[in-house]
Amino acid sequence: MFIKKRSTKIWSIFFTTFFVFLVLSFPQCLDAKTSKTIKIAVIGPMKYVQGKHHWIAANIAADEINSSGGVRVGNKQYEVEILKVDSNEIASVTDAVNAMQRIINKVDFVVGGFRSEATLAMIEVMADHKKIFLSCGPSSSKLAEKVAKDYDRYKYWFRGGPVNTKASIPSAYLPIKMVADAVRKELGIEKPKLAIMADKALYCDPGVNLIKSKAPEFGLETVGVWRPSFTASNVMAELTAIKEAGAHIIFTYSAGPAGIAYSNQWGELKIPAIMFGLNVQAQQLVHWKRTNGRCNYQTMLAFFAPVEASERCIPFYNKFVEQVGDAPTSTASTYDAIYILKEAAERAGSLENEAMIKALEKTDAQGAQGRIVYYPNDYQWPHDIKWGPGYVTFFYVQWRDGKQQVVWPDGSELIGGIKYKGTVDFKLPPWMVEYWKGKSN
Amino acid sequence: MFEAILINSLITGGIYAILAVGFSLIFGVAKILNMAHTAFYMLSGFFIYIAISFIGLPLIISDIIAIMLTAVFAMLCYKLLFDRVKEQANAVMIISIALAMLLQEIFLMSFGAEYKQIPPFIPGFVEIFGGIRVTWQHLIAIGSLVIVISAMWLLLQKTKLGKTIRVVSEDREIANLMGINVSNICLITVGISGILAGFAGAIVIPLFTLHPLMWVPPLVAVLAAVVLGGLGSIWGSIIGAFILGFAETVVVFLVPMGSFLGGAVSLIIMIIVLLIRPEGLFGVVFEGERL
Repeated sequence: MFIKKRSTKIWSIFFTTFFVFLVLSFPQCLDAKTSKTIKIAVIGPMKYVQGKHHWIAANIAADEINSSGGVRVGNKQYEVEILKVDSNEIASVTDAVNAMQRIINKVDFVVGGFRSEATLAMIEVMADHKKIFLSCGPSSSKLAEKVAKDYDRYKYWFRGGPVNTKASIPSAYLPIKMVADAVRKELGIEKPKLAIMADKALYCDPGVNLIKSKAPEFGLETVGVWRPSFTASNVMAELTAIKEAGAHIIFTYSAGPAGIAYSNQWGELKIPAIMFGLNVQAQQLVHWKRTNGRCNYQTMLAFFAPVEASERCIPFYNKFVEQVGDAPTSTASTYDAIYILKEAAERAGSLENEAMIKALEKTDAQGAQGRIVYYPNDYQWPHDIKWGPGYVTFFYVQWRDGKQQVVWPDGSELIGGIKYKGTVDFKLPPWMVEYWKGKSN
Repeated sequence: MFEAILINSLITGGIYAILAVGFSLIFGVAKILNMAHTAFYMLSGFFIYIAISFIGLPLIISDIIAIMLTAVFAMLCYKLLFDRVKEQANAVMIISIALAMLLQEIFLMSFGAEYKQIPPFIPGFVEIFGGIRVTWQHLIAIGSLVIVISAMWLLLQKTKLGKTIRVVSEDREIANLMGINVSNICLITVGISGILAGFAGAIVIPLFTLHPLMWVPPLVAVLAAVVLGGLGSIWGSIIGAFILGFAETVVVFLVPMGSFLGGAVSLIIMIIVLLIRPEGLFGVVFEGERL
């Protein structure tokens, strides 16, 4: 009797343990079947808008990919898993390197980076660990030049976006013709004066030098180059000096917080010169509210726009604006980067470095920035995105009463006659027209 | 161009001077090198932002509340932190830096690093000296500085409290022997300094953008201004601020490519003064009339 009772008890303990084990292991069995993931680190200054755009755009891409079945690599199906990594690179390049070192062995790929200075340091970590890294934000050509110089060490680097400042330089100077023509036509000034105002940062240097050298080709006289700090919050003295120099066009080159002061004080002082060029802060829709509309008529380069430059442009732009309430900035190219990785992995049929690098080099993707193709390895910028009509061209948008309107590509011969549907004509600010009317050149 | 340089120098110098006055006052009386002074100025900006954006108060009411809260916060910091270690200058300085960084991190966590805007009292600009454009808010800042300097002069020279503050500033031990409660006077001075930081926030921040790292660049300029003018001397620091404003503006106008060197100019001036004349340019002149 005692033995029977004891035996029953042992059996019940055995069955209970077995049942618990079964219950606990069942989800893991299921998980093991579907848990193959491609882990991608999204690294950026997460407390800042640039980092937030890195993260949100990467999320949109990962969600789209996962909801449409994931990534097919050979005969295996993978899901995309993204990991958020704060580089704090706006404040410290060292922090960015540390962040990269912390994450690099825990993921399959890395996308992100914002400041060229920080990304140049991060790619050393990438090279040491032989990890594929698509930078999404820095625009210095030095990244690609490193690949050209030492392919074996730096071949793991590719550009997610935007096109480097040297390759995309035509998109900086070609629209100047549109602006200069408007000044000539509306104000009757034959030789408009150009002032250049650019953040003191590495990525601005090639652009500033080229604009200066190209200005005479467009019949412009350069009256000066002002280089306020990347973080300047007061540029009133610079703007006053520009007005005193008699400039009609202020070409801006700013990706830092100083860009807010550029627009704010330009609009507040009604400086009689069109503000035109690159201003990452002004690309954001929140910029209108933040400057109380003082950015009206400011015209700036945009990396994304709701026009049909590729099949992914409008859907991504609209989805991003719907989720964030703001327009994507250059760091939102993580969206394209993740699709580029997905498509390369599918073409390669493997996640191994060599196969992936070969597949990435053959990229021809319909990106949200336009058609993305990499320059060949024997070019001066291997692994960098090709700029030009039919590829990525960028856009210029002008603030008009709270809305951003696409004004370039304007269909001119200089840009291969491209003019996307929905583009409007560029306009000079009315206070500028009023100031200069009747004044001789 | 000379007029433009002059006006912009006055504006830049005026902005630095508003901040330097409070910094100098607290050092002159309480002997506290308060590195958190510009963080108090930032705090005032965030108080205004919260009052306008979250509570929906009018700008002027928001400004008054922010100035009062900043002063109360400064006094609390003095009573809870600085008063205990006030005899150890290094500890005071380290605590004030830590306090400023703590405020920065709190605002980063609470509001993120997005740039925010506080509306100006009067939008738009005015043309002076034949076409030089100055925003109304800049003019208000300059006018406010005149009011602040006048009020400080009246307070320190014509009131009993002012005389007591001056006695404490001259010699604490004698003030103590005279029966003056030095600790209370220091607390009141910190409160006044907090009001000045809050006031600077209300007047100056609408000219710029509000964000949690904004306390650092003016701190460099303010330090340079007070070192240049003579530590603890209000009038010296005002003159120092204007010299600095002039130097920075001249760089922008005459060396446009080097306009980013504004902060560096401040630091270079500060280092040169410390090496050649540690008491400041006007140290001797104002020695007998500190505050």
